[in-house]
Amino acid sequence: MSAQTRIAAENRRLLVRLAVAAVVMFGFGFLLVPFYEKICEVTGINNLLKPDAAANTQVDLTRTVTIQFDANIHDLPWQFRPLQTEIKVHPGELATVAYEVTNTRSEPVTGQAVPSYGPQLAGQHFRKLECFCFAKQTLAAGERRTMPVAFVVDPGLPADVKIITLSYTFFEIAGRRVAGDGAGGRS
Amino acid sequence: MAAVMSDHAHGAHHGPTGVMRWITTTNHKDIGTMYLVFSFIMFLSGGVMALTIRAELFQPGLQVVRPEFFNQLTTMHGLVMVFGAIMPAFVGFANWQIPMMIGASDMAFARMNNWSFWLLPPAALLLIGSFFVPGGATAAGWTLYAPLSVQMGMGMDMAIFAIHIMGLSSIMGAINIVVTILNMRAPGMTMMKMPLFCWTWLITAYLLIAVMPVLAGAVTMVLADRHFGTSFFSAAGGGDPVMYQHIFWFFGHPEVYIMILPAFGIISQIIPTFSRKPLFGYASMVYATASIAILSFSVWAHHMFTTGMPAAGQLFFMYATMLIAVPTGVKVFNWVATMWRGSMTFEPPMLFAVGFIFVFTMGGFTGLICAIAPIDIQVQDTYYVVAHFHYVLVAGSLFALFAGAYYWLPKWTGHMPDERIGKVHFWCSLVFFNVTFFPMHFLGLAGMPRRIPDYALQFADFNMLASIGAFGFGLSQLIFLYAVVKCVRGGEKAAARAWEGAEGLEWTVPSPAPHHTFEEAPVVR
Repeated sequence: MSAQTRIAAENRRLLVRLAVAAVVMFGFGFLLVPFYEKICEVTGINNLLKPDAAANTQVDLTRTVTIQFDANIHDLPWQFRPLQTEIKVHPGELATVAYEVTNTRSEPVTGQAVPSYGPQLAGQHFRKLECFCFAKQTLAAGERRTMPVAFVVDPGLPADVKIITLSYTFFEIAGRRVAGDGAGGRS
Repeated sequence: MAAVMSDHAHGAHHGPTGVMRWITTTNHKDIGTMYLVFSFIMFLSGGVMALTIRAELFQPGLQVVRPEFFNQLTTMHGLVMVFGAIMPAFVGFANWQIPMMIGASDMAFARMNNWSFWLLPPAALLLIGSFFVPGGATAAGWTLYAPLSVQMGMGMDMAIFAIHIMGLSSIMGAINIVVTILNMRAPGMTMMKMPLFCWTWLITAYLLIAVMPVLAGAVTMVLADRHFGTSFFSAAGGGDPVMYQHIFWFFGHPEVYIMILPAFGIISQIIPTFSRKPLFGYASMVYATASIAILSFSVWAHHMFTTGMPAAGQLFFMYATMLIAVPTGVKVFNWVATMWRGSMTFEPPMLFAVGFIFVFTMGGFTGLICAIAPIDIQVQDTYYVVAHFHYVLVAGSLFALFAGAYYWLPKWTGHMPDERIGKVHFWCSLVFFNVTFFPMHFLGLAGMPRRIPDYALQFADFNMLASIGAFGFGLSQLIFLYAVVKCVRGGEKAAARAWEGAEGLEWTVPSPAPHHTFEEAPVVR
């Protein structure tokens, strides 16, 4: 019997250790979040919220690229539009355009714009020096705001890309509305 | 702990009878049986979903189900087969066999064992029941990628809770197995004398303890994003959907080895028995299993080559993935070397084991092809990938489960399984499996995307062929059900050593194995 008790005690000790290991791994899952963000920051992947560095480049007057602007809202009571539908720029030339956003709701709303590019590969050659998408935007009730985007198209852009579409989508910062009208996480 | 021990101080089975016997049982054999029955029911449910998918894909256009429901079916087929069928089936084998193989009287924590099992039926009800709630079951794919999983209806919440419960069950089962193997071995049963099935399960159990909590964390974050206003994965709040993929696959890749390592263990028991030779390279098998498990933590991003990873990352994950082929190759060569010049006979367990080696190796090779980053970017999310993982999961894990079932049925029931029916089951399964999944390689290479209910006309013929094969394969599994029922009811009496060449402690107890075995620990050599 004492041998059995000894084994049972031994089993319990191992059980506790393994259970602690499982709990630690549960925490490790959450630890991956800051870890991931740190890796993205260090390696410079996914720097959506940071201005790109402006490389000192020559303006390539031999080429002209058409930049088209697009604006979308996702589940947000705003009006959002570019003030110009397209412009033509030379690679290496600094250009500034403006977007206009209006909050149609009778309370302040916070949104975040996420850019995307067509063709996708143009994204890495599109350097935004200033953009409203680098920060959350909070608009007071009924507020209208004009926001600039300053950018340079890198002369490294492949020659066959003649048109780039810059598209922004404004998302409401998640969670605000949950407390507001109880619509929950359903989209 | 005294209470736990006293349960097993009894002699023959007595206690509650009828349904209460099964609800309150702490006997590893009863619990093993329940795991196996449960997983077979889930296997049939997941199979019905698969056949509905194949019925829809029989012809181009939409005939059988609505696209939204089709998405639910592909998602739930994956979840049910992975968490409901394959994983519990292996735990069922572990429950039945591990104590008998190492000469222990029962699992280390018998009550916890009972609880591990009885968590599963409620989880299965949550999962299957989610089809009937408004919005239907989750349709985000079995990987539950954000942002879809953040947007689904309440079926998603039910799936999340089901995964929490099944994960808890797996972790408790895994802890039980580790403690049993490390602490409860009979005197003389050193680690390197253990049957390989115990070794593969020990390593699998460590993998489960390491990664199931990470999955629980990931789905908890999805739940928080959905209801508690956090933004782990929703881009709108500064989160990142790609991060979900990293966390998921940190779980997901070890998970695929969780589903295949016990299969390797079963095959490593069966091949020596029917070759009438000891296993070739026992120690290298143990080290190969451990290497696969360790490497599995450093390859997860090969599922994500198209997410915009830097080339250095793609190269690292590509080479790390290819490295896994080395220990896996060691295993395949060891099995072949075991058969070399053996006195082989081909009873149903051996047929399934040899079939496993043949078809699993094909799945392994397509895995290597998918590991090559530039090729993977072409075949990502096509039917090539579907073909690959069904070759390793159906012809791998499932065939090994069938092999193990035919192999140990005499020990469980006391009767030999009907050899003719078993052979018919094997040949039907093998042929229809290949008819179903081999054409999918061509479909994928030609660019047919997975998880879509409709397809372009040029894919029609291969899809029709695959659907015919799928219905053949599905119906073939009823042969297995018949074989098992027939074996339980009667048949040729099995000797203690049911198979001529079988080695191991489980073959020293009578067939069927009495309710309590090894109350007095045997001494090994």
